[in-house]
Amino acid sequence: MFRPPMIRFTAIRLAEIAAMLALMSFVIYALIGLMPGDPIDLMMGADPHLTSADVARLKLLYGVDRPLIGRYLAWAHAALSGDLGYSRLFSAPVVATLLPRLGNSLILLGSSFVVAFAASLGLGIAAARRPRSRFDAAINFICFAGVSLPTFWLALILILVFAQLLGWLPASGMGGGGSGDIADRLRHLVLPVATLTIASIGGYTRYVRAAMRDALGQDHIRTARAKGASEARVIWRHALRGAMVPIATILALSFGSLVSGALVTEEMFAYPGMGKLIFDAVMGNDYNLALAALLLATAVTMLANLAADLAYAWLDPRVKYR
Amino acid sequence: MSRQVRLPFLILAVIAAASLAGPLVAHLSGADPSSVDLLARFAGPSATHPLGTDELGRDMLLRLLEGGRVSLTIGIAAALAAAAVGTAVGLAAGYLGGWTDRVLMRFADGVIALPLLPLLIVLAALDLHKIGVPHVLADSPEISLVRIVVLAVLVGWTTAARLVRGATLVTRSRDFVRAAQSLGAGTPHILWRHILPNVMAPLVVATTLSVGDIILLESVLSFLGLGVQPPLASWGSMLSNAEELITSSPLLAIYPGAMIFLTVIACNLLGDALLRRFDPRDAARA
Repeated sequence: MFRPPMIRFTAIRLAEIAAMLALMSFVIYALIGLMPGDPIDLMMGADPHLTSADVARLKLLYGVDRPLIGRYLAWAHAALSGDLGYSRLFSAPVVATLLPRLGNSLILLGSSFVVAFAASLGLGIAAARRPRSRFDAAINFICFAGVSLPTFWLALILILVFAQLLGWLPASGMGGGGSGDIADRLRHLVLPVATLTIASIGGYTRYVRAAMRDALGQDHIRTARAKGASEARVIWRHALRGAMVPIATILALSFGSLVSGALVTEEMFAYPGMGKLIFDAVMGNDYNLALAALLLATAVTMLANLAADLAYAWLDPRVKYR
Repeated sequence: MSRQVRLPFLILAVIAAASLAGPLVAHLSGADPSSVDLLARFAGPSATHPLGTDELGRDMLLRLLEGGRVSLTIGIAAALAAAAVGTAVGLAAGYLGGWTDRVLMRFADGVIALPLLPLLIVLAALDLHKIGVPHVLADSPEISLVRIVVLAVLVGWTTAARLVRGATLVTRSRDFVRAAQSLGAGTPHILWRHILPNVMAPLVVATTLSVGDIILLESVLSFLGLGVQPPLASWGSMLSNAEELITSSPLLAIYPGAMIFLTVIACNLLGDALLRRFDPRDAARA
């Protein structure tokens, strides 16, 4: 695992990610300035007592009349020393607003990830063992249905059935009421986790099936069968080991996209995670927060991609790094 | 046509034909999808309104067909535009090679590695006047359609670019391309007559699949209020209106969502069936 070429590869990739983040911070900074609304106008709207002299002073203070590059460099300088500014929407420092949200998102994503992965492993392996059977065709169709569902519509229907008609589960929020009531928090997790799981299970199952089909066709599987290994041992010990290489790659990749892909689900269930934070910050003209949250989401996605590459090498010793 | 190709193709053809012809027929017979009838709000199915009416008394069936016209137009236009851009990039990268290839593909990798939905939300929220789009254009009712197509192309071109680059790399060292080169054929001629026909099959599959993806993307953006703007309506924006009324009249939300689902799954099944047809090696393995 920790051979010198591997460390070199990781170091180069981390440097690339840092460069990419620096570039994206400028792009996003510039884009946010092009959104409707103007920070000074917002302050004037919030406080009717502001005089035009105050406005001029504020403009000077925030430097809105300076050229873009100058404002960006001032932001970057502050950001590098750990000051990401103040969130207008939450009336709190950006860092203090972001971190709990990232934690909430990871709870939501982690749960649905575990459920979806376990289910897709079972379904994909079952389908791969009986290729072209009626069972395989049914699984294939369900997978297509899963990837074709609009997430927000699925969420609406789950809310309609389980929260409105049956009244079994809460439709929104995170629960717990600040008291750390675990049972209540779990009840609030059920519907969003179900939504994310149904939305992602189809894609995973297709990958698991394809990877297992490839693995089961290898010579060493025939050898294992010939020497009399049980079918369970052939599947779980011999075939899955080979199949895990592409599966792990896809899982790590999809985890990165999940962080932002959960945006719609979080919005639908009013779940206070990163995705909803990004949406609210962009829609609410909270420039500092939107910028930092988007950069954090970008960093998480790119680190997940790196993790995918490293997992690939860890699971398959034949992979060489240049 | 095999059954796997025929069924999804038929579903798509029926939805497309109804979406194009429905409003026309309705217009000729005097019905108007945007005519408000506040006395007939939330009406159930009847002879005049087969699927009932919505919160403003508009005919649900006509509204669905109108929404289908908008959603399908965006899906197909954006998929074709993304395929065209991706093909141009992929041909350039694959045929020219060298630093052109490296720069273009690094750029594509960079785009793929981004969290796209949050960034699209920022792009969809941009003030067009601040970018310098002329007022006449920025304030026209169709601008929301153009905006979504541009956004879909910005994220969608990478798939086609990678596919076409790969196929071009394989094709450009084939004997018939070498022969054309030695006979003095120019680069545009070789690309157009020899390379492009050989990358068409995977390109058609990818474009079919991307129609479904783009319809989903459009519906999400419209649902969030950043996509199709009134007076135009797509299935996604219809759902956005219906969300508040989900408890009292769930059908208003169920119909457009079901149409999105049906259209997207038909695109995906068609793309998959075409893939199996074009690539018998892959089909044998599956």
